[in-house]
Amino acid sequence: MTVMLEIKDLHAAVNGKEVLKGINLTINAGEVHAVMGPNGSGKSTLSYVLAGRDGYDVTQGSVMYKGADLIALAPEIRAREGIFLAFQYPVEIPGVAGTTFLKTAYNAIRKHRGEKELDAMQFLKLIREKQKQLDMTDEMVRRAVNVGFSGGEKKRYEMLQMAMLEPALAILDETDSGLDIDALKTVADGINALRDPGRAMLMITHYQRLLDYVVPDFVHVLAGGKIVRSGDKSLALDLEKEGYAVLGTAAA
Amino acid sequence: MANVSESETIGAATTERYKYGFVTDIESDTAPKGLDESTVRFISAKKDEPDWLLQWRLKAFRQWLDKADEEPTWAKVNYPKIDYQDSYYYSAPKQQETLNSLDEVDPKLLETYNKLGIPLQEQMMLAGVAVDAVFDSVSVATTFKEELSKHGVIFCPISEAVQKHPELVKKYLGSVVPVADNFFATLNSAVFTDGSFVYVPEGVRCPMELSTYFRINAAQTGQFERTLIIADKGSYVSYLEGCTAPMRDEHQLHAAVVELIALDDAEIKYSTVQNWYPGDENGKGGIYNFVTKRGACRGRNSKISWTQVETGSAITWKYPSCILQGDNSVGEFYSIAITNNFQQADTGTKMIHMGKNTKSRIISKGISAGHAESTYRGLVKVMPGATGARNFTQCDSLLIGEKCGAHTVPYIEVRNKTAQVEHEATTSKISDDQLLYCRQRGLSAEDATTLIVNGFCRQVLQELPMEFAVEAQKLVGISLEGSVG
Repeated sequence: MTVMLEIKDLHAAVNGKEVLKGINLTINAGEVHAVMGPNGSGKSTLSYVLAGRDGYDVTQGSVMYKGADLIALAPEIRAREGIFLAFQYPVEIPGVAGTTFLKTAYNAIRKHRGEKELDAMQFLKLIREKQKQLDMTDEMVRRAVNVGFSGGEKKRYEMLQMAMLEPALAILDETDSGLDIDALKTVADGINALRDPGRAMLMITHYQRLLDYVVPDFVHVLAGGKIVRSGDKSLALDLEKEGYAVLGTAAA
Repeated sequence: MANVSESETIGAATTERYKYGFVTDIESDTAPKGLDESTVRFISAKKDEPDWLLQWRLKAFRQWLDKADEEPTWAKVNYPKIDYQDSYYYSAPKQQETLNSLDEVDPKLLETYNKLGIPLQEQMMLAGVAVDAVFDSVSVATTFKEELSKHGVIFCPISEAVQKHPELVKKYLGSVVPVADNFFATLNSAVFTDGSFVYVPEGVRCPMELSTYFRINAAQTGQFERTLIIADKGSYVSYLEGCTAPMRDEHQLHAAVVELIALDDAEIKYSTVQNWYPGDENGKGGIYNFVTKRGACRGRNSKISWTQVETGSAITWKYPSCILQGDNSVGEFYSIAITNNFQQADTGTKMIHMGKNTKSRIISKGISAGHAESTYRGLVKVMPGATGARNFTQCDSLLIGEKCGAHTVPYIEVRNKTAQVEHEATTSKISDDQLLYCRQRGLSAEDATTLIVNGFCRQVLQELPMEFAVEAQKLVGISLEGSVG
């Protein structure tokens, strides 16, 4: 089995304050892992550290991606190497059409891989196929990036980007937040459609709700900057019943 | 076209005879340094101008002397005092030193041309490489000229128009920007060297963008340019000035005057892309661009639309304006001003509403990076007779980094109770969240900045002629190079 991501004793600080305090996690290709945890446990910090956000500094430990050091790479190089982060709060980029944005990203990644860039027509054909699966219209895709989108539309646009960019490792940061049940199902269908033996996924979520629709292979509980419990999907159900309080002092 | 006008001018300069009683040596190709009455006479004689134009220039020169203390100081720009006697005001167009191939051209310049996607042949032209016979600019220009003359459109250097269409030049020159208008316009009136002249006859829709070969021509832009465009009743013309390619120029001071006249039901669309040398990253050198541009919507239902993309020059001082005299006339101003490093731009517009139901629209996008200072300065004036006048103004500023500045200075004067004037202004920064979002999708920080800035400018970019808009977008990116991490 191919190891996609190997995190060892990862410590990371945000603005000088240590948030991650020794995370160990290995994700193989084809696996879907869920990381759950209470607010402030370090879930989003983990996703930003993996994406390479400025100000999120690794102070100890290592992260290997496809067998190479990930931390040394700039955010855009990580992206081109196949890491995709679906943001919890996707930002607005006024005046930039969604299609233009995605085409620029798509071609940047293709170029990095030594593949030929797509022209406008080829790209449009491709995006039409993918947007249909996510129940998105041409109009929605052409609008300025995330401007005036509802919560559900933003998350669907994230999923469309993921489907187009075909990452090797997808990190989904609270993709279920702010979704009603119908939107949740659409988004979950989008995720499931991308499950693939060659692709790994890391789903970060506060609630177990999403996991009813996207069933993970492994569930980890993050508390106080460390993974305190790991198990299969039944762990998520236990947590749902008992609440994070059951973690007790471990969370502190 | 470039070749034609150059050789013609040289020809004219060497064969012209002494006509009007002045003392400067006509055989010399360059007027001596400094500016006095003989300089003005020299220029006029070089161009074999009729006496009325010489007198017009002289009047301007005397007024300029009277204005010696009136060099404008109200703009938010700083520069050392200009010594007007320490410049040359006329030199015959020089044969550019030609290079044998693109291999001899500064690689940095070529890199920029490539980023802009300028065709190879044009690159050679712009960089001063001897162009081979395949690209025959003369015949291209001739084809355009034939097409235009078929429709009765006059498009030629203003010096040629003075000779061939003196009645039009005499009638309209200085009718929008009077000789005494301002320090720089008065100076221009005295010593202007050349520029473009356009006349579109009644009812004619100009069959092409008057940019098509102007770009090729643009390498010869003079220091004191004078442009005059007249759209007769019911006509339409779109004119494009400038070039996205960076242009080297030995003159530091540029003081152009552009006058537009739109008669009944006529429309003029004037687009500018200005990318003159802005100085180096420490603020050394660069062009001072002090320009007076004004259009008169003289007729009923006429329309004048200014679109500008200003990325170059060390200092930009420029307020393309509309005088809305005709009832129901419309004035528009769409502007992008990008300043980086130590550039300074003080730019905006004036909309003077005189006729009934006149409308104006101002969309200004200022982008500052590095240590640059960008100011929007605009006047909306509604005269007592302008019943039902309307104006909408939107001024947006975008800051990149911590050391730049953006300023908005709107002046509003309303003397008619029925007028509606709206002003909106925003100032924003490119956020870390936006940059991360783009980079996480594979865009470099620079490409991300370009994309975000282009989005910010979209409302203005879409006003540019199609093919030019694409180049302008790339130019936005190039202008901001080095402004992010």
